[in-house]
Amino acid sequence: MKRSLRRAKEFALERLLFLSGTASVVFVVLIFVFLLREGAAVFGHVSLGHFLGAKFWYPISSPAKLGILPLILGSLLVTAGALAIAVPLGIAAAFYIAEVAPKRLRTVLKSCVEILSAIPSVVLGFLGITLLVPFLKNFLGLPTGLTAFSGSLMLAFMAMPTIITISEDAINAVPREYKEGAVALGATHWQTLVRVVIHGAFPGIIAAAMLGIGRVIGETMAVMMVTGNAAVIPRTIFEPVRTLTATIAAEMGEAAQGTPHYHALFAVGIVLFLISFAINLTADLFLNRGKKR
Amino acid sequence: MTAGGVKISVQDLSVTYGRVRALKGLSIDVLDGEILTIIGPSNSGKTSFLRCLNRLIDLDAQAKVRGRIRLDEEDIRNGLSSEDLRKRVGMIFAMPIPLPLSIRDNITYGPRMSGQIDKAALERIVVESLRAAYLWDEVRDRLGQPAQKLSGGQQQRLCIARTLALNPEVILFDEPTSGLDPISTAKVEEAMIELRKAKTIILVTNNTKQAARVGSRTAFFLMGDMIELGPTADMFTVPRDRRTEDYIVGRFG
Repeated sequence: MKRSLRRAKEFALERLLFLSGTASVVFVVLIFVFLLREGAAVFGHVSLGHFLGAKFWYPISSPAKLGILPLILGSLLVTAGALAIAVPLGIAAAFYIAEVAPKRLRTVLKSCVEILSAIPSVVLGFLGITLLVPFLKNFLGLPTGLTAFSGSLMLAFMAMPTIITISEDAINAVPREYKEGAVALGATHWQTLVRVVIHGAFPGIIAAAMLGIGRVIGETMAVMMVTGNAAVIPRTIFEPVRTLTATIAAEMGEAAQGTPHYHALFAVGIVLFLISFAINLTADLFLNRGKKR
Repeated sequence: MTAGGVKISVQDLSVTYGRVRALKGLSIDVLDGEILTIIGPSNSGKTSFLRCLNRLIDLDAQAKVRGRIRLDEEDIRNGLSSEDLRKRVGMIFAMPIPLPLSIRDNITYGPRMSGQIDKAALERIVVESLRAAYLWDEVRDRLGQPAQKLSGGQQQRLCIARTLALNPEVILFDEPTSGLDPISTAKVEEAMIELRKAKTIILVTNNTKQAARVGSRTAFFLMGDMIELGPTADMFTVPRDRRTEDYIVGRFG
């Protein structure tokens, strides 16, 4: 009797753990199915090629013009700008924290990086609007400070903690023997860093950059607040743009259910989903490659 | 070259890690052209001693070193930069870890860092170093391959070769054969004995038989003290100290 009770308990526990474990898988699949079902309907109104390639996004004109090329380019431009800032800075910071900084400073820096990642993006966006945007407008003499560049700067702040933390882990994971081997050959600290440590940490650093991209491309709030949200194809980084994420966030509340606009927003969601998925997959590949060696 | 003058003079060397004392006031002269073998159980301070000689111990923020070490009358802690010191005093580790580069680049890494860029000279260094490390015949036709593809024994000889490429005066071996099979071990020992003609060698080993095979003098370390130092032949036949004898015959350690 006692024994069967214990068995039943164990069985129940096992099932419970199994359910928790598979829940995330189920949710991902459900979300994707839902996105797909709602989004695919847009292709009754426009072709896939038109949807991805047309230059105009006028969802509430009639007939609605549903080309998301400006939005894709907006997202890419903001992301590229953010990465151009965050990747070099983040990697350099990671090297400084992992290899150069004295022990006490290292602890301080690490907690600061963590705090940076804890700042809500709406707060960063708020700072962006009140400080950065007017500053850029005056400093660069632009017609408006609400530009892709402002978005890039804000997003760089958000991507840095991810990039720093993961790069630093990768740098610390380089076997001590690698470094000692180079140092014992008379290499200076700097030479060891450049030739040996970067080499060993490279896959992890790439993964860090990829995850930074993932963080940036999915970010919504701060971008929506500082990029101006004009759905036009940008010619320079100092013009207003509108990103995929901001479009969904701004318009979903107003799109009437069942309209082409509504379905198009879901399709934008699918595009975002696929981009994030591809980025995370690439990051994973690099992280695993790093582990195998 | 026969054992001659003093190559390295160590006076009152102490190493502490936090509260742990790894070396307690060691004084020893290493002679030019000898193979000094150092034996002793773990935690006896052997490796700490070696790491002081090329200042690799500086990488350990916890380690505190006191005392004086002179290499050819030069104070290695004040007179020389650690990089210059390490080019003169090479080190071979227990774990042979080649740099993540090709076989050739592993050898040329050191010379290139110290400014050698002449291709012909570098190629000559590659051949000579690999020959001296008894590895040339096995790798001569695949110098461009990644060094990590070599076997463990080959990797260790590659590490010896890359150290030789800098033409050091002293080579420190830290249990260089602890992970190797008997045949690889024999090859490494052969290389060591051959090197003795031109270099001063200090070998830390857990293998007392190896110490007896290759050493000219042997030191026995225990708990951070040097218990005994003498010609290798004497040490293994008529040890002066009871503890040395106990260790050699395997009663502890």
